Amino acid sequence: MPKTLAEMLGSPMLAVATGLGGVMGLLSFNALFCIYLERKISAWIQRRMGPMEVGFHGMLQTVADMVKLLGKQLITPKGIDKPLYHLAPLVVFAPVVAGTSLMAFSGSFALHHIDLGLVLVFTFGGFAVLGIFMAGWGSNNKYALLGAMRSVAQNISYEIPLLLSALSVVMLTTSMGRTVTVGDETVAVQGLNLFHITMVQMDRNVWFIVLQPVAAILFFIAVLAETNRAPFDIPEAESELVAGFHTEYSGMRFALFFFGEYSNMLIGCMVATTLFFGGWSGPLLPGPVWFFLKSYALMAVMMWVRWTYPRLRFDQLMRFCWMVMIPLSIVNLLVTAFFLKVF
Amino acid sequence: MKTPNPIDLAPASAPEDEMYYLNMGPQHPSMHGVLRLLLKLHGEEIITAEPVIGYAHRAHEKMAENRSYIMFLPNTSRVDYLSGMIYNLAYCEAMEKILDIEVPERAQYIRTIANELNRISSHLLWFGTFLLDLGGVTPFLYCFDDREEILEVLDRVTGSRLTYSYGRFGGVTMDVDDAFLDGARAVLKRIRERIPMYLSLVHDNVIFRERCDGVGVMTGDLLRKYGITGPPLRAAGVAYDVRRAEPYGIYDRFDFEIPTRTAGDCMARFEVRVDEMEQSCRIVEQAIEGLPEGPIMPGRMKKRFKPPKGEFYFAVESARGHFGMYIVSDGTDNPSRIKLRTPSFSNLSSMPEVLRGTFVADTIAIVGSIDVVLPEIDR
Repeated sequence: MPKTLAEMLGSPMLAVATGLGGVMGLLSFNALFCIYLERKISAWIQRRMGPMEVGFHGMLQTVADMVKLLGKQLITPKGIDKPLYHLAPLVVFAPVVAGTSLMAFSGSFALHHIDLGLVLVFTFGGFAVLGIFMAGWGSNNKYALLGAMRSVAQNISYEIPLLLSALSVVMLTTSMGRTVTVGDETVAVQGLNLFHITMVQMDRNVWFIVLQPVAAILFFIAVLAETNRAPFDIPEAESELVAGFHTEYSGMRFALFFFGEYSNMLIGCMVATTLFFGGWSGPLLPGPVWFFLKSYALMAVMMWVRWTYPRLRFDQLMRFCWMVMIPLSIVNLLVTAFFLKVF
Repeated sequence: MKTPNPIDLAPASAPEDEMYYLNMGPQHPSMHGVLRLLLKLHGEEIITAEPVIGYAHRAHEKMAENRSYIMFLPNTSRVDYLSGMIYNLAYCEAMEKILDIEVPERAQYIRTIANELNRISSHLLWFGTFLLDLGGVTPFLYCFDDREEILEVLDRVTGSRLTYSYGRFGGVTMDVDDAFLDGARAVLKRIRERIPMYLSLVHDNVIFRERCDGVGVMTGDLLRKYGITGPPLRAAGVAYDVRRAEPYGIYDRFDFEIPTRTAGDCMARFEVRVDEMEQSCRIVEQAIEGLPEGPIMPGRMKKRFKPPKGEFYFAVESARGHFGMYIVSDGTDNPSRIKLRTPSFSNLSSMPEVLRGTFVADTIAIVGSIDVVLPEIDR
């Protein structure tokens, strides 16, 4: 069983401080790295070079951009709803930190080890839409408001297939064995425990994407929609709504939204890795390395999709969710349940 | 005129206090310059849409009245900066008709090549920006890559990339060389290789189809009412092209088709433009093939022209539709009045009717699909 940080350090307070530092460090690195990766991937898709000037192959470009954003004036527009406007970036950003700390990075170490890990991750993930709506509502800008409206409808709708497809994996996890043996330990399997989901996949030597291909695809599409990534990026559709919900944000406030978006992407990919790609399992390399390799491979796919497809229209997006995604995920769940009962 | 709307978000009788105005533009990422659309919205559905123009007004028509005919030449390539060649040569041909100047054969062929290359480059830019409007960023860079080739070829002979001012009354400024012709052939080869790729990447994409099929239908009376020309007209099944209807220059010598569609929606306009690129390639090919030797100007030209008193109208097919010049001469060497009939203006004026009942996202797609160039509208 993974050791938690508190057990290792012996003090809960110390664990909180270290864990927070670690997670913030990871997310900061993630944001810087992902922006760089996004630029490079888009450049390669578009037959360009991408950033090349700052540092080796432009590797320090995002650092320079971050410094620029830090130095920028924070413009506060007139007529805003002050509490909402100022709180919104934090509401987007704070749950991301909490969500990341629940991840099952490795079999021997955890920041938190909670049996309801999956539920909590989705709970924290659900906060993002609140922050986006606060930003849109509080900005006193019609583009922002339109973006916020779109975002709420989209995120709430796509949460259903997201949860339903995750649920079929949970059912598999609990049904594939009451116990799981790792090393010399035998523990009762909890279906919502991210560590146990990984362990069951390791134990049975199978990734759940093989058993649940439909759920994996649905989950990935739902993650794209939940994180407002193209082709579902209608809340911030730049050709329609200028910048959508964050139109009125500048400098570091805008950077926090950006930060939140990339962190949410990372969380989505990390959960997908755990649910469908065997988490930290893999030969030779240590567990966390495999975990992040898989997560970033999924991130690269998200970026690939973004630079390939045009954007859906709002009503088409909703129709796709309610007419295709949700029925399909329910059918998938029923089929899974049926097979688990029969065999 | 209404797009298929599965969820009826706005009842026909939405209460007035649930509506609001959205001022889209003049500074907006997809308003193609400085178009301002005043939208009255209910949620995302458009109740009324009113284009507000004039932000790029440079008084070209007024300028014409204060200078001689020949001094107005550079203005013409600046009316529409994306197909400056077509407008510039149109003015030359209009003046040649009025002044009864015989244009040498070689100049005619060169003009045709330049015109059609310019048309392809304009359509390529439209292709990229239209996809950009729909949220696909990547095609934009591919198209610019191709367009760059055309601009380089034209730059070689005209000395500029956008505002060419290549024509003179009676011919063209510079003769083309073999390098230009080779460059033009290379462009044709490249465009022909790339169009199938574009079609397979874009046209067959399910999201693109969803966004374009049945969106922004412009057919029937609407076309007549607003004088819509160019690809939007041909996309509605009317095979009207000035190059064929009233051939000017030497267009009657070439074998080309007028691509049409019947649906009249964004998809039809897309397909018509892509087909037109291929047809332009055919014309350029034939013109290069038949390019005769000879002079490019009819001998030494005068510096001052005094056309006879009267009113003259001359029309060409620009990349956007029927472009007409209405020239009023009072017998002096300054025009009394030059009225430019620009296709984008008429096409855009239909927007209040077309946009009603669509969504904000459709607005962007429809305005993008009629391919407006704002400086041409404002003049």
